[in-house]
Amino acid sequence: MPTLVSHPDEVKIISRRFGAGAADIEKYLELDGYKAVQMAIEKGAEWVINEMKISGLRGRGGAGFPTGLKWSFVPKQSEKPKYVLVNGDESEPGTCKDHVIFLHDPHSVIEGTMIAGLAIGAKMGFIYLRGEYRYLLKVVEKAVADAYAKGFLGKNIFGKEGVDFDIVTQTGAGAYEVGEESALMESLEGKRGVPRIKPPFPAVVGLYGGPTVINNAETIASAPHILLMGGEAYAKVGSERNGGTRLFGISGHVERPGVYELPMGYNLKKAIYEVAGGVKGGRKLKAVVPGGSSCPVLKADELDVGLDFDQMGKAGTMLGSGGIVVLDETVSIVEFALRTIKFYQHESCGWCIPCREGTDWLKKTLTRFYNGYGNKKDIANIQYLAENMMGRTFCPLGDAAAMPTLGFIKKFREEFEEYLEGHRTEKALITTEEMIGAAH
Amino acid sequence: MLTAEERREIEIKLADYPNKQAMSIESMLIVQRHRGWVSDESLGDLSELLGLSVADLDGVATFYNLIRRRPVGRHVAMVCDSVSCWIMGGERIRDRLCSRLDTTLGETTADGRFTLLPIVCLGACDHAPAMMIDGKLYEDLDEQRLDEVVARYK
Ligand SMILES: Cc1cc2nc3c(=O)[nH]c(=O)nc-3n(C[C@H](O)[C@H](O)[C@H](O)COP(=O)(O)O)c2cc1C
Ligand code: SF4
Ligand code: FES
Repeated sequence: MPTLVSHPDEVKIISRRFGAGAADIEKYLELDGYKAVQMAIEKGAEWVINEMKISGLRGRGGAGFPTGLKWSFVPKQSEKPKYVLVNGDESEPGTCKDHVIFLHDPHSVIEGTMIAGLAIGAKMGFIYLRGEYRYLLKVVEKAVADAYAKGFLGKNIFGKEGVDFDIVTQTGAGAYEVGEESALMESLEGKRGVPRIKPPFPAVVGLYGGPTVINNAETIASAPHILLMGGEAYAKVGSERNGGTRLFGISGHVERPGVYELPMGYNLKKAIYEVAGGVKGGRKLKAVVPGGSSCPVLKADELDVGLDFDQMGKAGTMLGSGGIVVLDETVSIVEFALRTIKFYQHESCGWCIPCREGTDWLKKTLTRFYNGYGNKKDIANIQYLAENMMGRTFCPLGDAAAMPTLGFIKKFREEFEEYLEGHRTEKALITTEEMIGAAH
Repeated sequence: MLTAEERREIEIKLADYPNKQAMSIESMLIVQRHRGWVSDESLGDLSELLGLSVADLDGVATFYNLIRRRPVGRHVAMVCDSVSCWIMGGERIRDRLCSRLDTTLGETTADGRFTLLPIVCLGACDHAPAMMIDGKLYEDLDEQRLDEVVARYK
């Protein structure tokens, strides 16, 4: 089990039970477990949605959509059953926080799923874990079974006549694209993880055709805490229009990498230099990818910015999934850009051409470039390709590949120019085989 | 032919799933847990059991990184090659693994002990470099720890 980190600046809301043995249902109950859902049953859906709106909670999966608002979009009446989906596909490079919740506080995900269900009038929830997270399945399945045994799940939960809720866990088999909400529904239905055309949106036609709310695991796990402390108190912890806290996974060249819970709006520079202990080995910081690998890079002098959706947007990048990757001076940005695009090229579902072909050509061009066979036109070519992917794909994966690529060139153009024709890296050239990716 | 055990595991799971199609991924993973991979023959058997076409099943199989359509060794080691692991020395780990086992990524050792594969980010970026062997996650790898871990798998 990975070691837990801690820092005095943390505000522990979601993580307050981490390390306390709360995977055990008795311990969870001791620590206020399953109180929030009972409050929700008592006070009703409207109260829940209102508290969620007041809390200012915004989706922790990457896009930052207001959760209360999302829940309010689900039609009250529906002929088809409604569903809650918990997105535990966590696959964006740099993102390493959801599995910590599943491991240390699985009941908070279960309780959050029930609360979301109550809010939208669903009687069933699915918890989807990526295939590589099968090692967490035992923990989650045990938690679900324990909740059933206590009468918290199933029929007439908490002894309340007519209040039913079921939860099923399902795993994928490895695919980043399945984290996209409609692709995840396809995957749950046992199909290839290719996204659906929208509209209709999942809130109207989702899983098995029923109205569906899909949320990131951390978003869902925040719900019980919000109801317990009150939406207003939760909102106050964060910054303007960005309520509460979130889990930040800090990785790369820092002294104390780990998952830290910081208030929304916390200063990025402080997060790196104080919370995560600064750059490893006292080396110089070169760049930061602030919210998972699809976010445009920030340079060392751009870090004085608050970690919330709006402030990061103003800084020309994104808060994304909260995965902060710190690069020291030894990292080649050209190679980093290549490694980044390699991921998206491999994980593109291949449905639409700008993404399928665009990521492939970006990878090829960057490989050639890295190997010292690039010319000046290639920089323009890379930009042209990336710009033409933006906004022209079925799902945001195309943008997720193009945005960081454009960011690397914009911020580190001189470094790309150093790699022009004739340049040879000290390291071995990258072969095409090496760039093929996961063979099976 | 599916074994009685494979069939039993699939049928137990089927009870939890809304329909047979939804079981496509899980059923292939069940077969794979027993045999290491999903052969054409297994696809045919599953197609009959679930009432899905072989082509549909193969489409699903090839979409997902973890479903294997080729035989593998007794153990499968997957080394993360995404950005956080890469900047933290993932290539050193990969190279060490390849040279120790005298094979390359995508291949199986001559004695059938290990198949090595690259994998995308394992969600363990704060404990990079990371890898997974037979579904178990290993983090904070360095050469020494890698050697220790590999030695556990006979
Ligand atoms: C390619 C792609 C991958 C995604 N992967 C994930 C993921 O692994 N986990 C996640 O919660 N959201 C992921 N998302 C975002 C989801 O589509 C969706 O917006 C999110 O689950 C909604 O939950 P939230 O409102 O709680 O953030 C991904 C989106 C895209 C386009
Ligand atoms: S953008 Fe990429 S991942 Fe998304 S649908 Fe198109 S090809 Fe598939
Ligand atoms: S980059 Fe290797 S685990 Fe995330």
